[in-house]
Parts: sequence; structure tokens; C-alpha cells
Amino acid sequence: MRAVWRAAARGRGGVAAALLALLLALPGIARAETDPFADIASTTASVEARGVTALAMSGHPRAATVIDALRDGKLYGWKWAQPDQPLFIRTEAGFVDARSGEAVAAPAAGNLRKIVVSDTVRAAIETAEGALGLFADDAAKRRAAAEALFAAADPGSLSLIEKALAAERDPAVARVLHQAHAATLLKSEPEAVSERVAAVHELAKRGDLASRSLLQSLQDEPAPVAEAAAQAIAAIDRNIALWGLAQNAYYGVSLGAVLLLAAAGLAITFGVMGVINMAHGEMVMIGAYTTFVVQRAIAAGVPALDPYGLLIALPAAFLAAGIVGVLIEQTLIRFLYGRPLETLLATWGLSLVLQQAVRSVFGPTNQDVSSPAWMSGLVRLGGLTLTVNRLWIMLFAALVLGALMAALRWGGLGRSIRAVTQNRRMAAAMGIRTPLIDALTFGLGSGIAGMAGVALSQIDNVSPNLGQNYIIDSFIVVVVGGVGNLWGTLLGALTLGVVDKFIEPFAGAVLAKIMVLGFLILFIQRRPRGLFPVKGRMAEA
Amino acid sequence: MNAALLHLDGVTVTFDGFKALNALSLTVESGEMRAIIGPNGAGKTTLMDVITGKTRPDTGRVVFGDDIDLTRLDEPAIARLGIGRKFQRPTVFEPLSVYDNLLLSLAGDRRPSRALWARETAAERARLEELLATVRLTEQRHRRAAELSHGQKQWLEIGMLLAQEPRLLLVDEPVAGMSDAETAETAELLREINRTRSVVVVEHDMVFVRSLGVNVTVLHEGAVLAEGSIDAIQADDRVIEVYLGR
Amino acid sequence: MILAGRLGAATVAGLLGGAVLLAVLNLLAPAVSAVHVPDFVISLAGKYLSLAILALAIDLVWGYAGILSLGHGAFFALGGYCMGMYLMRAIGSRGVYADPTLPDFMVFIGWKHLPWYWQGFDHFWFALPMTMLVPGALAFTFGWFAFRSRVSGVYLSIITQALTYALMLAFFRNDMGFGGNNGMTDFKEILGFPLNSRGTAVGLMLVSATVLATAFVAARAMTRSRFGKVLVAVRDAEARTRFLGYRPESYKLTVWVVSAAMAGIGGALYVPQVGIINPSEFSPANSIEAVIWVAVGGRGTLSGAILGAILVNLSKTWLTSALPGLWLFAIGGLFILVTLFLPRGIIGLLTPRLRRAPRTPAVLPIGADRAVREAPAE
Repeated sequence: MRAVWRAAARGRGGVAAALLALLLALPGIARAETDPFADIASTTASVEARGVTALAMSGHPRAATVIDALRDGKLYGWKWAQPDQPLFIRTEAGFVDARSGEAVAAPAAGNLRKIVVSDTVRAAIETAEGALGLFADDAAKRRAAAEALFAAADPGSLSLIEKALAAERDPAVARVLHQAHAATLLKSEPEAVSERVAAVHELAKRGDLASRSLLQSLQDEPAPVAEAAAQAIAAIDRNIALWGLAQNAYYGVSLGAVLLLAAAGLAITFGVMGVINMAHGEMVMIGAYTTFVVQRAIAAGVPALDPYGLLIALPAAFLAAGIVGVLIEQTLIRFLYGRPLETLLATWGLSLVLQQAVRSVFGPTNQDVSSPAWMSGLVRLGGLTLTVNRLWIMLFAALVLGALMAALRWGGLGRSIRAVTQNRRMAAAMGIRTPLIDALTFGLGSGIAGMAGVALSQIDNVSPNLGQNYIIDSFIVVVVGGVGNLWGTLLGALTLGVVDKFIEPFAGAVLAKIMVLGFLILFIQRRPRGLFPVKGRMAEA
Repeated sequence: MNAALLHLDGVTVTFDGFKALNALSLTVESGEMRAIIGPNGAGKTTLMDVITGKTRPDTGRVVFGDDIDLTRLDEPAIARLGIGRKFQRPTVFEPLSVYDNLLLSLAGDRRPSRALWARETAAERARLEELLATVRLTEQRHRRAAELSHGQKQWLEIGMLLAQEPRLLLVDEPVAGMSDAETAETAELLREINRTRSVVVVEHDMVFVRSLGVNVTVLHEGAVLAEGSIDAIQADDRVIEVYLGR
Repeated sequence: MILAGRLGAATVAGLLGGAVLLAVLNLLAPAVSAVHVPDFVISLAGKYLSLAILALAIDLVWGYAGILSLGHGAFFALGGYCMGMYLMRAIGSRGVYADPTLPDFMVFIGWKHLPWYWQGFDHFWFALPMTMLVPGALAFTFGWFAFRSRVSGVYLSIITQALTYALMLAFFRNDMGFGGNNGMTDFKEILGFPLNSRGTAVGLMLVSATVLATAFVAARAMTRSRFGKVLVAVRDAEARTRFLGYRPESYKLTVWVVSAAMAGIGGALYVPQVGIINPSEFSPANSIEAVIWVAVGGRGTLSGAILGAILVNLSKTWLTSALPGLWLFAIGGLFILVTLFLPRGIIGLLTPRLRRAPRTPAVLPIGADRAVREAPAE
């Protein structure tokens, strides 16, 4: 049968199509050669595997059901040879005939033999399942099947791929099929030199590590193939290096977004107000715990809202952390204005108290915060693998920063904050209640930290120590960016994120961290006022 | 007497595009006392900053004595050359006694290793007594500087500058916040100091400037607008325009 | 001043007398007697005295030069590691692996040779100066850059914190050759005296008291010299000192290095008495906790630093065993209460007429980042 298909493929054009159509229409003819069901019933693993492959490629309407049953250990045969090699599938309702799907009387238990799945057979099953997907209605499934066939590169599936290629209308799926065809051909057709060279080119276009290792195996081939393979490998290496760079940049930007979120609130409290709030990390932690509480409340009260838990948690966290922030400002910080070192110590003490308070209420262990379905999964973009939750966090960080800038520029509170920042006495004379603005500004910074906590709950452990992991980084970001400048905070966060992720592959995560800290120490000494210093006469005073 | 002690030549300082000093040139002669006046933002404080090394000019030269380029030196080096500076707000070491304030200001080796092992010498003690008398603080010698009145702090600061034995003294608004009696005494004190040293006084108080009876330089928008005796200055049309508006 | 003088003498007498009294009551009073001092008290006392040396070092830079170091634990730990290296070498072949040349942890990670930076630590005479030189050298390098570029105030505090944090991460690494996250422990003897004997414990405690008293006298002499006055001048009016011809950076650097070396000695005494040194000593929380000892006792008074260190650690020992859940509330609350209500610490409370703790003049809060840089007055 395989020979027939292969001939059809070689014959190209109309003849092949006609042949294929015939073959698909008349499975009976194909089965006439060897019965795949009988092969599956064989006790020899290689024969059984051949049967699985054959069945998958036969287009038999029962193929998927039978192979699934085999994989799940629900396929049974007779204990001894029977002329027609009957096969049974055990279902909850009883046994059905594997070929027809009709219910049959169960043979006596003593006569039954479970069809064994050896490693050889398992491999065949995987290929087969891939193959079966090739004719699914869903393009994504077909594509996944084609990828599986590419990965397996099983010589036995060559004809199947050709068959699928002929039927495929989706260009994206067809491209993967071509690649699978090339990979399979390289494994199976040692003689066809020109076709092999074409296959090498096809793989070069794909350009991933799997293609590279396949091409690597062609080094001892005849010159045209080996040379083409060597060139293709070089091209792939360049390509992979470039994508690697891009992937690193993505990781860096992603870390930068996290740092930006953690530091955005601090850019207000420290950057604008000049308050050293060492309990800033705990505001983030409060936000994360708010997420946990909101999710719990929703699960207990209105499960229908579950997918929107995070959206509800955002304002809740803003309010929770913001209110705590206003309380802190009123009871502690306002007595320490102008005494930055004392503020630092008092807020550090506060951070210990807040941590211990949360530990007393929720316990010291990590709390389970769930992620909604729309935040999970992967996106592939060329050679990049992007996690969806990180993409959301990047978007969220950008939105927070944008909203913050807009609020400071155009909002009523923002105008007052800027007025008080620029000339406190004049602002007071104009009727702005400066102590109120101080409290609200601090609340705003804390609230933003709380919203950051909602986002960080998705990628970090929600524990009482959550904030501790971000406090030093946040200060670094604000200081590197230049105090009092939100654009600087953005650039500081991205710089640190990208630098960290570019050192990491060479030096490891810990050493990267140490190097970033060393870099920071030198940086502050070179540019004590950050990347975007506030210049001029006032900055000196 | 007529040798130039301090010479500024085409000094420009820019902050964010704003020219605090604009190609300013100025000469102070040895032994001279000079008053500098000008409206707010004329560049008086920046001028002081440039001379004492706190601010580096974008262009121009600041020459002290024969050929020392001050723009290459930092504050301590310039101070050691003999340029003392009094701040607008009196700045003394509040937790220390009046006596210690002056002791730390005495000319001498400023290195930490010396300060660690330094013992007061008889000569130092004698000089300090002299200074305490000069700035009228003999009675207050053991009090902490924080406890002094505003005027006394101003004098203490002047005393500290004298202890430095400077050749040139820069004084920024010495009578701001002083009573009339204190103002008169301060004018007397400055004239006394001027007998042995050059002095540059920045001041708003015209009565005080007049009582000093010295040449006046008027700054406006970072450059010299007029120079001359107080009477000539007060008759100058451009000065009147700047101070009173059109 | 007279009161301060008496306080100084009382501190020295109290330290030495107290230590001798504890030693006598431990060694000579019968175990059943009511005045007998149990062994664990001796080792606790020795530990507190070593920590008090760290507090003294912090007070020297914070109280007198206005440099709030959130990384002094790094110098303490480095001194401790130097001593730990000597104690590791003194184990000799009595380790678990009984390797004649390598400490256990090096055998464990498969090293064949003693790294170059371990050479010399076989000898006490080499290790002892190292406990001061190593932290001193780090402080010099760090301070030389930091003070010259006029980094001050909270910026300096934050980079000292980053410094100790970076060192902690570094010492957690096995390939640094300092035992990774387990650090060094299982010490056997110091200068031939077995560490598990009562006599050695009493001896170490007495040495700690003597070193602390000596450090106290030295620090006192330093702060009362002209040097100390310049430090205070720099702390409160740095610009003024600069225009008087002083270079504040060299004064800060000097006291910074002296303080780091002092902290190193504290660490060196601490390690044999607690029997272990590991990277957690570098944790930023440790350093900042030491700062609060000084604040509690009274910043800017050397006796206060010692008093604060001993009192806070006594409470810690008691609270963490009696009410473990409360310790963080207590220490956290202490930070807040002391800064809000007791800016001059306990000593300030006891001696109301003593010099007031320095306060930065009230500055407008919003936009106060300028004040944060301790801007020169103008």
C-alpha cells in the first residue's frame, strides 16, 4: 500500500490526485493488501506498530477510536490466534467490535488478551495520532499534527504527508507540512539527491534547533547534500542567535515591566514627595493579598464573576493599599517630614509590623491566587515564545504609567500635587490644603503599589515576604531613573531589566544580580542624580 | 594696593538654558572693599558660587592673585588659597561651642590625620581670644552656637572667616534680619576687616551700602550694568530703570 | 560635659566590672547557689558584647558623621568570616572527611587545593589583623568612591544596603569558597583552647568586654579630638566645612574605615562565641536592626550605643523564646516609637541636659528630595 502511495506522489499532477481520490474512496482496496487490524492484534511489537501506522493512514472511520483505545489500554484481542483476528474495545456499556463499533457479546474473560503497548508501539501511536489530526476540520489541529509529524520524521508517514499536502488549503499548515515532508524525506530516501537538497533548503527556512540537529546528521552525505546542509546550519545558527537576542530582550523588557510596576508607586512617594518609604514593598504585598481575598469572596459568593476576579481586585487593591497609605502618612510620616533617615527607619519598622500582621492573619505560607484562563498560555512569534501573563503585565505596567502621567498632568489632584511640589507656600496661599495633598499623594503612591500587587500575584508567590523582594529593586529603579521623573522611572526599569537578563545567560542569575548591584553602586557614584537629573539652580539648593 | 586680586573674565553660567551669568567681567583690587547690588536673579549668588568653586562656569576665567585659575579648583582648595565665604543664612556649627567653632576655622593643616592628634597651642589660644574680641563674642565663648541670636551667629560666622586668615572675604547679605544697631556695628566690623583684607559684599540694604562708603557694582541679568560710587550709581538712569521699572 | 565624662567612666567600669562579676559567679559560685551564673548566660553575654562593638561602630559613623549605614553588618560579617577561616583551619584533620589540608565543605564540593585567599589563615597572628584589614579595605574602596562623588543621605544608605545585599548573594555561592549557604561551623578550638569548655567561654567573654571597653575609649578619644569636632561640623554643615578648607570626604572616609575595622573586630569575637558564621549575617535586615540598637540607646552618645545593643538583644532573647510571634511586632514597633518619640534614645531620656541629638531642620515635605541630599545651606 505504501508503495502505491509513493508511486502516486512521484507521479505528480492529475494522475496522483486521481489515484489518491481512488484510494481514499475505496479503503477496502487498501485493506486488501494487509489488514491493519490483524497487524495490531499481532503479538510482535514491530508488526503491531506497523498495523497502527497503517490504520492511521488508511483513513478508516474507526481509526481514531481504535488507536485511542489502544493507547488507553482498552483494546482487547483473543488470547490465541483466530482466523479473522477479532478486536474488542471495552467501553462502560460493554464490549464493542473494534472494526464496526457495534456492540458484541463479550467473550469470556479467560479468552481475552489486552493488546500490549510497548515503546515501539507507543511511538507509532504518537505518529498515528499526529497523522489522524492531519484531516481534522480545525486548522490549528492540522497544524499541530503536522508539527508532530515533523518531530517524529517517521519514514512510514511520508506518503501520508503527501496525501495531506495535496488536500491542504491553508498556507500556514501547508508550510509546516512541507517541512515535515522534507524532514521525513531526509530520513527515508537516501537516493533522491536533488530532492534531498530541496529538503535541506526547506529545513533551513524553518530554522529551528530540531531542523539543525536533523541537518547535522547529513554531514556524511554526498557533496551536494552535505554542502547544502552545512550552509543551512550556518544560516540557522545566525538565525537562532538573533532570535535568542530578541528573546532575551523580551525577558528583559518583561522584567522591566515588573520592576516598573513595583517602582511606579515609589516614584510618587519617593520621587515626588521625597519620602523614603521602606514599607513600600508591603503596600505591594497588601495588593496581592487583596487579590487573594477578592478571589475567595467571589468563589464563595458569586462564582459567575470568577473570570473577572482580577479586574475587581484592581480597584479593591488600590483602595486597600491607598487607605493604608493615607493612614501611614497621617500617623507616622507627617511627623517625620524633612528627616529622611528617621523616615527610613520608622517605615522599615512599619514594614516588619505589616509583614508580621499579615503572617498572623493569613499564616506564613504562600496563598493560592489563581490566574484567569485569558491570562494563561503561550504565544509564538517567529522564534519567540511569549507567555500571555507576562504580556498582560507589560500592557498593565504601560497603562499604569500612562494613567499616572495623565493624572499628574491633567487631573485635579495631579495639578495640586504639582503645585505643592513646585512651591508649597504659594500653593497654600492659593487655598490648596497642603497637608491634605500630602496625605492624598502618599495614598496615591501606595494605591499604585497595591495595584502592582495584583499583577505580581500572578507571577510571584503571595506570601508575607512578597514586598521584601521588590523594595531594593524599586529604590534602584527610581534612583537610576532620576528622582521625580516618571519617564526616568520607565527607562530605569527597562534598563535594569534588560541589563539583568543580558548578563544572566553568561553569569547566572545570582551573579547577574550581584553585578547589577555593583553597577548600581558605581552608577550612583558617577551620576548621583540619576539618568534624568533635575537640573538648574534649584537642584543645587 | 592697585594689583588685581581677583579677576573674572567673560564668565558665563547656564542653568537649563537660563544664563545666570552672561559674559560677566569684574576686577577686585587688593585691599579693596566692593559692594555688589542687583535685583533678584541678577546673578549675585551664582557669582559667589563661581568664585568659591561651587559652580563651574561654562566659559570664562576666574583668576586669583597673579595667575591661579580658580575654575580648576574645588571649594576646599580655593578656601585654602585664602578666599572666605559667608553665606546669606548664617551657617555655623550649631552643636559646637563658639570657641570650638572658631578653633576649627583657624588657618592650619586641614588633614584628618592632623586633626586626630591636634593639641591646642598657646598661639592658637591667643589668636582665638583676639578673634572673640573682634566679633564681640568673648562672653559667649562657652555657649553652644545654636543658642546665639541671629546677629551673633552672623558675627560668629564672620569671626570664623577671619580665623581662616583669608586674603579675600566674600560676604553675602550680612545684615539681613539685623537690627539697626547691629547693622551699624556690622558695617564697622567690615571696615575694620577691610584694613587688612579685600572684601566683596553682596547686599540689598542701600543704607548699609552707603554706610560702607565703597565702590558699587550693579549686576543685572548676569552682567555688570554699572560700576562706581554709590552716588553715581543712584543717579544712573539704567540702574533706576532696572530697579524701578520703566 | 561633666556628666558625659562621668558617663564614660561609668560605662568602662560597668563593662569590665560586670564581665568580671559574671565570670566569677560562673566559675566560683556553686551550681546550686542562687547567685550562680549558668554557662549559657556567659555565652549570651559574650555575644551581646560583640554585638555592642558593632553598635559602637555604627554610632561612630551615624551619630557623629551623620552617615546612616544600612550595611555595617557586612563589615561585621567579613570580620567574622576571617575569624571563621582561622577556626576552620584550626580544625585540622578532625573534620568529618578528615582531610589534612582542606576544610570539609571544600572536600564536599570536590576541591583539591586550598584557594590562594585561604593561605595564611592557619595562623592566628595572620587572621587577627585580617579581621580588621579586610572590612577596612572594603570600606576604603567603597567610601573612596562614595564620599568623593558626594553621595550622602538616604542615597548612601541605600547603596550600603545594596552592598551588603550583594555580598550576601555572593557568599551564598558555593564556588566562592566560603562554605556557601551553610557557612562555616563545627569549630574545635581557638589558639589551642577547646571552644566547648567553660573556661574558654568565660575567657572569650572577658576578652570581648575588654575589647569593647578599649574600642569605647578609643572612639571617645576620637570624637572628642579636633577630628571629632570636624566630624560633627561636617554632619551639620558640610558646605561650611568645605568653604573653610576642609575636605569632608577625607574625614568621612577616615571615620568610615575605622568604624568598619571596629565592626570587623566585633564579628571576629562573635563567631567563636556563637560557633557559626554564614551568609545570613550579611542580610540587610541584620544591619538595619543594629541601627535601631543605636537609636534606642541614643545616637551620638557612645554609651548609648552599647546600652542599646545590650538591652535590645536581651529583649530579643527573651521575647523570641517567650512569645515568638511578637518579636517582629516588638522590633518593628521599636523602630517607629524611637524615631517618633525618643529621638535621643534612652541616654537622652536619662540625661535631659546632654547635647541634643542632631535634627535636620524641618524641610517642606513635598519636593523635599532636595533636602534628602543634605543640601548645603545657602
